[in-house]
Amino acid sequence: MSAIGTDDTPIIEISGLSKRYGPISAVDSVDLTIRRGEFFALLGPSGCGKTTLLRMLAGLELPTEGTIRIDGQDMSMVPANRRPVNMVFQSYAVFPHMSVRDNVAYGLRVDGVPKSDAWEQAEEALNLVKLGGYGPRRPDQLSGGQRQRVALARALVKRPKVLLLDEPLSALDAKLREQMRLELVNLQESVGITFVVVTHDQGEALSMADRIAVMDHGRVQQTAPPAELYEFPQTKFVADFIGSVNLIEGRVQAGGNGQVRLLAPGVPVPVEIEQENGLPEGSTGWLALRPEKVDISNDPPADAARNTVMGTVEEITYLGEVSIFHVRLDDEHPLIKVAIANVDRVTRRPFTWGDRVHLSWTPTCGIVLSQ
Amino acid sequence: MESWRRNPLVFWIIGLPPTAWLLGFFLIPLALVWVLSFAELRGVVDMEVTGTLSNYARAIDPLYLQIFVKSFVFAGLTTVVSLVFGFPVALAIVFAPRRWRALLLLLVILPFWTNLLIRTYALIAVLRTRGFVNFTLEWFWDQANAVLSLIGLGSLQLLGGRFEPLELLYNNTAVVVGLVYVHLPFMVLPLYASLEKLDRSLIEAALDLGASQLHAFRTVVVPLALPGIISGSILVFIPALGSFLTPDLLGGTDSQMIANVIERQFKSANDWPFGSALSFLLMYLTFGALALRALYSRRTAGQGRG
Repeated sequence: MSAIGTDDTPIIEISGLSKRYGPISAVDSVDLTIRRGEFFALLGPSGCGKTTLLRMLAGLELPTEGTIRIDGQDMSMVPANRRPVNMVFQSYAVFPHMSVRDNVAYGLRVDGVPKSDAWEQAEEALNLVKLGGYGPRRPDQLSGGQRQRVALARALVKRPKVLLLDEPLSALDAKLREQMRLELVNLQESVGITFVVVTHDQGEALSMADRIAVMDHGRVQQTAPPAELYEFPQTKFVADFIGSVNLIEGRVQAGGNGQVRLLAPGVPVPVEIEQENGLPEGSTGWLALRPEKVDISNDPPADAARNTVMGTVEEITYLGEVSIFHVRLDDEHPLIKVAIANVDRVTRRPFTWGDRVHLSWTPTCGIVLSQ
Repeated sequence: MESWRRNPLVFWIIGLPPTAWLLGFFLIPLALVWVLSFAELRGVVDMEVTGTLSNYARAIDPLYLQIFVKSFVFAGLTTVVSLVFGFPVALAIVFAPRRWRALLLLLVILPFWTNLLIRTYALIAVLRTRGFVNFTLEWFWDQANAVLSLIGLGSLQLLGGRFEPLELLYNNTAVVVGLVYVHLPFMVLPLYASLEKLDRSLIEAALDLGASQLHAFRTVVVPLALPGIISGSILVFIPALGSFLTPDLLGGTDSQMIANVIERQFKSANDWPFGSALSFLLMYLTFGALALRALYSRRTAGQGRG
């Protein structure tokens, strides 16, 4: 997570931005501010409008409504070739008929930089993405990962105010993806350019970005740093999209006083959650509870302040680092997922299918959502 | 293909008829013509294969060489004009909404549904002195004159006393126009095929890097459409070079092409050996041009165009 070079002045200000295709809104009145030097992620499921938003930032799509200001200047209707931003395309879009060097130098040559200067800067940019000496090669001699680096170098060499990356890691294999995450973060820190990354992969967004905007149906649901998104989601969608979550619907019993009581069908006792946002009495609320925050035990926990329910282990999923226990509560209604870290190497399962177990969590663990 | 190799019987059963066809109706007649090109005339219809080269010597006489050159110029012009007209057409089809593409492609090949002769006569009806082009021009001429009279300039006869129709037919231009009309689809289709494969994000990347639309077209679209440009050019150039009907019907006395000369040798002049020699000379020249092109493309590919 790179806080280096971030100051609070905005580099991109989006207000009331919409893109409609006939009756369909791909992007629906989005307001968003991206700070200078930030690593920003647009996260959402496919079709949520994140790519359309990115393309509007690039100038490849023009907005139906609203404005985009880049570094203080209104760029809403400025075409792509006159914007101080550059993009790394999902398909990389490396020109197949040009050498790596000519690819990287393309944007400089367009600006009238003499060939020798452009080649020198291209070589520097290639060094930056660890492709030094690859200049004379042709794109078809490169692997997918190397082609992506060419696309990165080609965009960075123009020293844009913002670098836009459309699903930069989606075409790489799992191992390379993990390595590239780190590299992108390091690269962003060293060049100090604002990065805006579009991704559908929450792991990618959480691990790379300083701040994330979660989008759904063309709207921004929540914009926050990764930890805040994970621990304090504001909507069910965000809670569900980021990581794994148990969502239990119930009725708010007592609001205010730093405590929310939620009575959920199927859960015999009211759930108590420490939370400041006094929800109105009697309104519908959803308890969002992360699986790793629930403790599972044979005996009731000693701490009476913990929320405790009983259930039966219905299913166990082994995931390597953790095992997920699916526990059915007595009244059949909710099925609660509990993640237990596999600390020991030898498989020692304290609980097995059909066991009666106690599930418990502290009042600070969950969050009650109203929407 | 691999499975065919394991089952040679199927391969032969399927492969034999077309092979026999090509052998019987293409290779053998062609060989006969080749042999005839070394023959001498004995009397009106009798020929004797003597192995003489006199037919070839006659064929490179400046009189015929000039017609060869003219044929190459016509075919070359036809290729260039077809390319200039065909590229925007192919590009427009590629960028058209998907559901329109099939229809637009159909329109491109629509002229093939009519016989070449009829199409050529139709073109005559368009281009001749009392043809549609001149009718249209005359109408504009009348309107312009009417406007001039209206503003009191009618008596000055600024546009001449009467409408002079353009002579659009029976000249070299008419031949090239006709050849372009006939061969345009052969240019558009390969161009379409190569442009259709073009990844749009490459154009977007060029624009994103600051290129103007024109620069992106020149540095990205054209180079990537090169295979289509080359095959389209070959598909237009070679048949245009051997064209016979178009110059015959649309050309003037001095716009005959080599195929017209060859036709005359086989028919009215009844000099088959000389006609054969001319035919083969044309073929050698075509092969030569293709070989040069192949050599050139291999060299540029080897260089890596770095």
